[in-house]
Amino acid sequence: MSGFLVVIVLLLLFIIVIQIAKASDYVAILKGEKKAREQSNRLHSTLMLIFLIAGLIGLYVCHQLLKDKLLPVAASVQGVAIDHMMTITLIITGIVFFVTQILLFVFAYKYRGREGHQASYYHENSKIEFIWTAIPALTMTILVAIGLKHWFTITSSAPPSAMVVEVTGKQFNWIFRYPGKDGVLGKKDYRLINEGKFNPLGQVWSDPYNHDDVVSNELHLVVGKPVKLEIGSRDVIHDVGLPYFRLKMDAVPGVPTTLWFTPKYTTAQMAKMTGDPNFVYKLVCDQLCGAGHYSMVANIVVETQEEFDKWLASQKSQYELAKEGGAIPSDSTKMAALQIANQRKNISLK
Amino acid sequence: MSSEVHFGQVQGAQQAVAAVAIHDGDHHAHHHHQSFITKYIFSQDHKIISRQFLITGMIWAIIGGFFSVIFRLQLGFPDKSFPFLETIFGHWAAGGHISPELYYQLVTMHGTIMIFFVLTAGLSGTFSNFLIPLQLGARDMASPFLNMLSYWFFFVASIIMLSSLFIQTGPSEAGWTAYPPLSALREASEGSKLGMDLWLISMAVFVVSQLLAGLNYISTILNMRTKGMSMTRMPLTIWALFFTAVLGVLSFPVLLSGFILLLFDRNLGTSFYLSDIYIAGHALPNQGGSPILYEHLFWFLGHPEVYIVMLPGMGITSDMLATHSRKPIFGYLAMVGSLFAIASLSFLVWAHHMFVSGMNPFLGAFFVLFTLLIAVPSSVKVFNWLATLWRGNVQFTVPNLFAIGFVSLFISGGLTGIWLGNSALDLHLHDTYFVIAHFHLVMGIAAFFGMFAGVYHWFPKMFGRFMNNTLGYIHFWVTFVGAYLMFWPMHYEGLAGMPRRYYEYSADALAVYHRFQHLNEFISVIAIIVFAVQILFVFNFFYSIFKGRPVKDPNPWKANTLEWTTPIHVGHGNWPGEIPEVHRWPYDYSKNGIDFIPQTVPVSPAEEEVQESITTR
Repeated sequence: MSGFLVVIVLLLLFIIVIQIAKASDYVAILKGEKKAREQSNRLHSTLMLIFLIAGLIGLYVCHQLLKDKLLPVAASVQGVAIDHMMTITLIITGIVFFVTQILLFVFAYKYRGREGHQASYYHENSKIEFIWTAIPALTMTILVAIGLKHWFTITSSAPPSAMVVEVTGKQFNWIFRYPGKDGVLGKKDYRLINEGKFNPLGQVWSDPYNHDDVVSNELHLVVGKPVKLEIGSRDVIHDVGLPYFRLKMDAVPGVPTTLWFTPKYTTAQMAKMTGDPNFVYKLVCDQLCGAGHYSMVANIVVETQEEFDKWLASQKSQYELAKEGGAIPSDSTKMAALQIANQRKNISLK
Repeated sequence: MSSEVHFGQVQGAQQAVAAVAIHDGDHHAHHHHQSFITKYIFSQDHKIISRQFLITGMIWAIIGGFFSVIFRLQLGFPDKSFPFLETIFGHWAAGGHISPELYYQLVTMHGTIMIFFVLTAGLSGTFSNFLIPLQLGARDMASPFLNMLSYWFFFVASIIMLSSLFIQTGPSEAGWTAYPPLSALREASEGSKLGMDLWLISMAVFVVSQLLAGLNYISTILNMRTKGMSMTRMPLTIWALFFTAVLGVLSFPVLLSGFILLLFDRNLGTSFYLSDIYIAGHALPNQGGSPILYEHLFWFLGHPEVYIVMLPGMGITSDMLATHSRKPIFGYLAMVGSLFAIASLSFLVWAHHMFVSGMNPFLGAFFVLFTLLIAVPSSVKVFNWLATLWRGNVQFTVPNLFAIGFVSLFISGGLTGIWLGNSALDLHLHDTYFVIAHFHLVMGIAAFFGMFAGVYHWFPKMFGRFMNNTLGYIHFWVTFVGAYLMFWPMHYEGLAGMPRRYYEYSADALAVYHRFQHLNEFISVIAIIVFAVQILFVFNFFYSIFKGRPVKDPNPWKANTLEWTTPIHVGHGNWPGEIPEVHRWPYDYSKNGIDFIPQTVPVSPAEEEVQESITTR
């Protein structure tokens, strides 16, 4: 019933607007074309000016309302560089924005059509055209130079001291794998994936490097220590979105990608800096991956080396879990058979 | 049977056209009687075809816009129940809440419909068809028959796409970019089942339509200009439509190949895009493919597509600003040159959509360079538009308001392109609301503004009547203010890293985005108002076709271009007598104190010929 009323009210509103519009067009015709044109020029040029002023005030109000809702300070060394570059870009594009928008609306107002007024037949000036081609070209060169400098730094190969974590996306959550004490991630094969048998990543149990690999649904990082994420996906394309660190990289099935960065603040430090005791770093999926895309969020913990070591030590390796669950054949012949099968499949997915 | 006969007649008619240009023949003499079907449905008259494109585009725009209202309701009011949604969508919106599947289907269809069916077919289909023959002085397109086919291929594509909305598993939900494996695997989502096949087939047919149309536009522009209409005397709208057609012809085939490979992967067991996949409890046998290949094929069209959408608006804006400011366009040759530069560069920037795809970073560097280079011709255009207004006698007609609005939106949305095109910043901003704000301002709303300006300006020529002015003004101001209110604050959401394409942000894990809930609500309310005003425009359009104020002056805007030398109700063949000859460029406004000098007026000896045309005479 109320829905019906809403429709009726809307329809009435439409009819009223249309009737007013029709009447005002008739009035314009009665007034004569010249006078009507003069009037609408005055009205809409004034509205243009009002739009400009109200718009500039609006930008200020919008900024005041929303500036506190932005992200806290970048939490990675790379993120700081990106924020810095963003500021430079903001200043340059901001100047252009204000100059061109103000000119546009002021010109529209100032040169509004008036009776007895004539436009000037002026359509060329190669000097000024050269200048306003050269200035953007120069500015863009600067921005490209700054951008590429940061781009190449950020995408360079990770320092050898970096810790390695494997990130795997699947519909609809994230799986993280740590290489354990040996520092090497064991081999895996997507055909061995079996959730029921404690093997969500398809780890090849015959590979001894796998035996100490820890699998978790939380990303633990060490503050101040570069981390190299080896990113992959089990099914469709996902994206490792790290808003606090200002970084992102797609997780593509069949095409491994990497991303490295250095976290700057621990979760505890960030909680203090933001004044939010419940602060948690988030990893969000940034590539449409199906109906559950919006729920594909993981927690990130940035901690000190001691805390990290303690946490890692407290975790059972996936191999152990699988063994306890009876998913790994203790029989050595079966083990050997599996190994041979794997060699035949010729996998080297590490 | 009858179509073959007709085809023969067309060719005959074309020879007749050539003959008419020489003899002063009455074109109507060649004219056979047309039934309703050949005149209005399977018509080969470019003017009817343009109206077909326009009206089909408008129907799609209402559907696409309506979808955005529905998903904005979800984003703005995630906790509220809207029983009418259940009435419309049934179990997809049980309890008055749309399901995540439906949300993604609406988002996907909104993008597909708006970009391809409205702003490609609806925009350049309408104005290329209508203006190319009329502004260049041709009786019709180079091939009226292919032209008719291009519409009907578009129509078939439309029907297939529309039918996918009604199937049990729903339409595609893989986004308008349809990245595999999401779009390749039936197990990946409901929309990846039959809906995705229909989507791909519809798009393949759509590409055929675009190619037929584009080849026709190009050959007409190159070959069928009237006497005296050198390329440098063409209105900028035609130049823009020309480059649009070239972009389409060169890039759509690549998209088609990408789609066909995807269809193979879906239905024939190939592995172009698939490798190492474990989904729905089993491992797939596909190995060696790469989804990134699809991304390259898609964006090789996808980026030029942005300019296919933008260029017509740029051209129309240039002509609106000149005509309605009673002043020649500033820097005509620079305007043509910048269109050329934008069109060429648009082929070298596609991978800026793929900075975070895992593509080689070194390769990315080139795409940064070329992407930011596009800012140069773009800013030249903006400065020239500003200079056109400078010392003009600006008439605030509805088309001119939309043109001024276009420039403003183009600046606002274009500048953020400089952010996103710089790969290092893209690392943070990619796939956030910042991107949504950017492309809606610069190519969504701005392209719509170009379209609106064109519709209001050429409506008197199309239908012999005026649209209601007051409704036009209301339409402009609400849409213009609404566009900024909707999309400006989205930049902040994007800077805060808020991911796009999220069904809801209410999960505890996304608590950081709860702070934008009020903003989302505000944006949704504005979106509904703006949508309502578009309905007002649609009403104005159809009402005015039948009841609008009749046009009495054949040249109501006092414009210089050729279409206004035709009778008020343009017949088949466009000019009853000989095709007019062109003697000057179309921008002689306010020259030597004369308000306007149409292109057909010979240059008097005393008059100084415009610099640009001298060099090419």
